[in-house]
Amino acid sequence: MNKDSALLAYVMRLGDNALVLGQRMIELVAAYPELEEELANANFALDYLGQARMFYTYAGDLEGKGRSEDDFAFLRDEHEFRNLLLLEQPNGHFGDSITKLVLFELFYFAQLEALVGCEDARVAEIAARAEKEIRYHLRHNTQWLVRLGDGTEESHRRVQESVNALWRYTGEMFEADEIDTIVERAWGGPNLGELRGRWLADIDAILINATLDMPESGWMASGGKAGRHTEHLGYMIAEMQYLQRSHPGASW
Amino acid sequence: MVAATYSRDEILRWLGQVADPEIPVLSITDLGIVRDVDVGDRVTVALSPTYSGCPATEVIEKSVLDALHDHGVDDVEIKRVLSPPWTTDWITDAGREKLRNYGIAPPERGAGKRALLRGERKVACPRCASTATERVSEFGSTACKASYRCSECLEPFEYFKCI
Repeated sequence: MNKDSALLAYVMRLGDNALVLGQRMIELVAAYPELEEELANANFALDYLGQARMFYTYAGDLEGKGRSEDDFAFLRDEHEFRNLLLLEQPNGHFGDSITKLVLFELFYFAQLEALVGCEDARVAEIAARAEKEIRYHLRHNTQWLVRLGDGTEESHRRVQESVNALWRYTGEMFEADEIDTIVERAWGGPNLGELRGRWLADIDAILINATLDMPESGWMASGGKAGRHTEHLGYMIAEMQYLQRSHPGASW
Repeated sequence: MVAATYSRDEILRWLGQVADPEIPVLSITDLGIVRDVDVGDRVTVALSPTYSGCPATEVIEKSVLDALHDHGVDDVEIKRVLSPPWTTDWITDAGREKLRNYGIAPPERGAGKRALLRGERKVACPRCASTATERVSEFGSTACKASYRCSECLEPFEYFKCI
């Protein structure tokens, strides 16, 4: 794999992460029992969709085959998506959603911060835009994790279960494969080992604040970055892609 | 090709009449998203999106094309500029005044990492200017606003968040 194809693959992953998480959040639109959280979720989902569009549009330019953001979102099959397994997991309850966001966004924020300084100008500028948004998300979502963990007996128990259940999907974020390695060396991208150290310190501090236990390190699931997904992604994209699949080329 | 019969200042003045679709008292120049105008063989307008997913982005681009078309400028290219990312610090003083008159508290200046991480300091009520205000919700009717209430005059109002 050369420098350019690694960059394209990397940008596609960034787009897939943003789209898949954004789509999961959209499933919750109009489902919140409380207006503030309803608006927070919808606004955050919109940020992810916007970021996905920017990454996909750039991927289309890099690829040079005339594929658009919509082609990437609606006309690819499950095995062609390269998002993290964590992000395709079903929403579950509110504690599950918040936990998923905090686990991912602590990583994503550090990834974006590193990409702001990378050698590809377009990735750097998209990262600079997105970083500001994720900073805002984290402020909100971290508060919730602490509130739930340090809340009632029931909220504490349930969000501890969320952390335990989702923990196994966090290892994949820091597994450097060929694409990560080339982007780090040839484009000045993030070093995943460094990101992991920082992430562990951050999540440790938050969990202590939330009176939650950090799960013991154990078996970690992976495969999303190589297109091997859990059963959940297929159902999600089937719904997401329904219109374009049934009515090819439909537009409004 | 007919020689350009309009100047850069004229184009900027016309762009100053294009309203932001979500906060129509503000023009896109008040908002600070017009980054550059270049009058050459064709007119190039560089715009910055506010938020990545701002649904107004496409509407604004179309409004710019329409507004220039109304003034006889048809060969227009719109460039999206991401870097440096838009910040509420670019909202002009005139824009801030218009926001206040419209009932929206303008964003604090200096939208640094501090404001983003720690939250806002004092938000003054756009109606009575009291700083005895409380945040009702960190989110509002659009991605860029939060909901507040004034403890003095008891009116609810929106606050344009710093970013």
